[in-house]
Amino acid sequence: MFQQSSSSDVKTGQQSTKSIRYTSKALPLLDVRNLSTSFGHDTEKLLAIDDVSFTVAPGEILGLVGESGSGKSITLRSILGLTKRYGQVEGKVLWKNQNMNIMKNKELRRIRGSEIAMIFQEPMSSLNPLLTVGLQIDENLKAHTKLSRSARKKRSIELLDLVGIPSAADRLDDYPHQFSGGMRQRVMIAIALASEPELLLADEPTTALDVTIQQQILDLILDLSKNMNMSVIMVTHDLGVAAQTCDRIAVMYGGKLVEVGPVREILRNPQHPYSIGLLRSVPEDVAPRSELYSLPGIPPSLADRPKGCCFAPRCPAAMTKCVTDRPELQQAGNSCSVACFNPQTITSGNIA
Amino acid sequence: MTENTSLLHVTNLSHQFKIDPSIFDVILRRPSRYVKVLNGIDLNLARGETLGVVGESGCGKSTLARCLVGLYPLQNGEILFNNQNVSHKTRAEQRDYNRRVQMMFQDPYSSLNPRMTVGQVLHEALSVHKMRSETEIPERINELLDLVSLPRDAADKLPHQFSGGQRQRIAIARALSVEPEILIADELVSALDVSVQAQVVNLLLDLQERLGLTILFVAHDLRLVRHVSHRVAVIYLGSIVEIGSSDSLFANPIHPYSRALLNAAPSIDPDKKNTTAPLTGELPSPLNIPSGCAFHGRCPHATEICKKSKPELKALDGHGEIACHHAKELALS
Repeated sequence: MFQQSSSSDVKTGQQSTKSIRYTSKALPLLDVRNLSTSFGHDTEKLLAIDDVSFTVAPGEILGLVGESGSGKSITLRSILGLTKRYGQVEGKVLWKNQNMNIMKNKELRRIRGSEIAMIFQEPMSSLNPLLTVGLQIDENLKAHTKLSRSARKKRSIELLDLVGIPSAADRLDDYPHQFSGGMRQRVMIAIALASEPELLLADEPTTALDVTIQQQILDLILDLSKNMNMSVIMVTHDLGVAAQTCDRIAVMYGGKLVEVGPVREILRNPQHPYSIGLLRSVPEDVAPRSELYSLPGIPPSLADRPKGCCFAPRCPAAMTKCVTDRPELQQAGNSCSVACFNPQTITSGNIA
Repeated sequence: MTENTSLLHVTNLSHQFKIDPSIFDVILRRPSRYVKVLNGIDLNLARGETLGVVGESGCGKSTLARCLVGLYPLQNGEILFNNQNVSHKTRAEQRDYNRRVQMMFQDPYSSLNPRMTVGQVLHEALSVHKMRSETEIPERINELLDLVSLPRDAADKLPHQFSGGQRQRIAIARALSVEPEILIADELVSALDVSVQAQVVNLLLDLQERLGLTILFVAHDLRLVRHVSHRVAVIYLGSIVEIGSSDSLFANPIHPYSRALLNAAPSIDPDKKNTTAPLTGELPSPLNIPSGCAFHGRCPHATEICKKSKPELKALDGHGEIACHHAKELALS
């Protein structure tokens, strides 16, 4: 239902609010360089993400996949500077060539919510239960646009319509509890889209939803990204979701990126033993009721990260070098980067 | 499947919850309202098989599981266990049934008592059902921990000292401690990461083989259900719309709802795009279930008859049983 309405709505919206969009092909929209976030003090420093570097091009959808505790969400939050209150963030977050990491809060506020928006995993707990949905959308429009009161209301209705909420005009005065989970997630997206962001940070946007609703939400995000040339960083632990939506995938493990590349390369010819293990543990195209491949062991705790490669203790292809040295992300093949001393292929005999 | 071979036989199971009336309802003398969660479920569980149950949230999957273990008193319908009616039993027999049908829950963080060590949890289960004499219990606890591949010193630890996957192993050990015949797994691995999920599923399959368990596997992860189940039932608004062998159902679903649901699971192959149109709209409220076929409002094939009469589950050659007026045409298309 939203597919038909979306393109026209987006156009009218663009005229009303935004001026110049970043279209440079040469420079990435977002360039994250050597980003590290740690929590706690010097004596007991927990490194949640360690030296993470990646770029996002305009209109691109980047998938950040990994198990829980691998640092996916912290990466997103560090981009927006949301982790600064609790931890130390080092490195550069270049947003259109400006380092967001050294910006003052006042400057950050101009970017947050307007140029970069974020949607969170739990639609139940990230909306304010005491405020109507209309008010929560209006807040964002008020902060980031110069629209008049009546224009804001009109725009709010447009946005709810855009994300596929039926009879949008009547639902502005409803409270979050009057919406179902899928509808609440749509409201979240509507709030995030209110200021027409150029980058959407989506932290597990569909994890709490049913597969049928998941498909609708993913289609919606894909659609909007295409129509508004919006970039997306999609954090997910579901490789299926990543496969169906992303252009590029970055695999995270123990706070580091272990493999980055185009979606087809990563899913068909993964080279890092962790990516291979992750892919093989998905029960797709395997004999029914056969034993599933499972990576031995558990992810390292932040307090006790191995000296060498974080994955070495669980890695079937580990060498002595892996235990002592930490591999850096390096170009492997034409389009992928892998952080591994001993890259494998999915059929290689070493991975049993 | 005849009745003799089935271990658990469920006929016409219905369940509804009464909504507490508000002050206005009382003043205005409005009639009580009911959420009809289960509407006539018929099921057979054969010994040693795994039946997968899938559906959207709110369709009644978990209520079905809870009704089967007796967590909700039976309102309507019949459950036969080993050809004996469960509801007509004496207390002692009821207790025996409770022992033989065990449930494992979804959330490993809230389903274990945070103040009891693993040893105490297992000890309680063993002594309540008098599975072993007091002196033999420590030995049995060790056996159980070995069975689910947990270290033996786990017995002295509290639940918070374990990871999610380990906690689900504890839940499995607790369920197995009373030597049940049927395990009801309600979203057992939904809260776990993929690689840990694989470990727990492997364990479950292995235990089923070794102990000859019958499993009702409730989950919303379709890939996983396909992997573990012999047969699969698709539930929509408290009724089974299609039930059949896992292979044929996933390869060639007939009911429009099963088609939409099974195709909605994203494939890990980026070029294998879903071709069927996604379902529009959402699950209608179980407060007022649509007349006729409950799915007709969202169904692309709905006709007049679907609005009027509710289709029965009927067997179709080469497929399982389908509750759809247009099953035959859909099978050909």
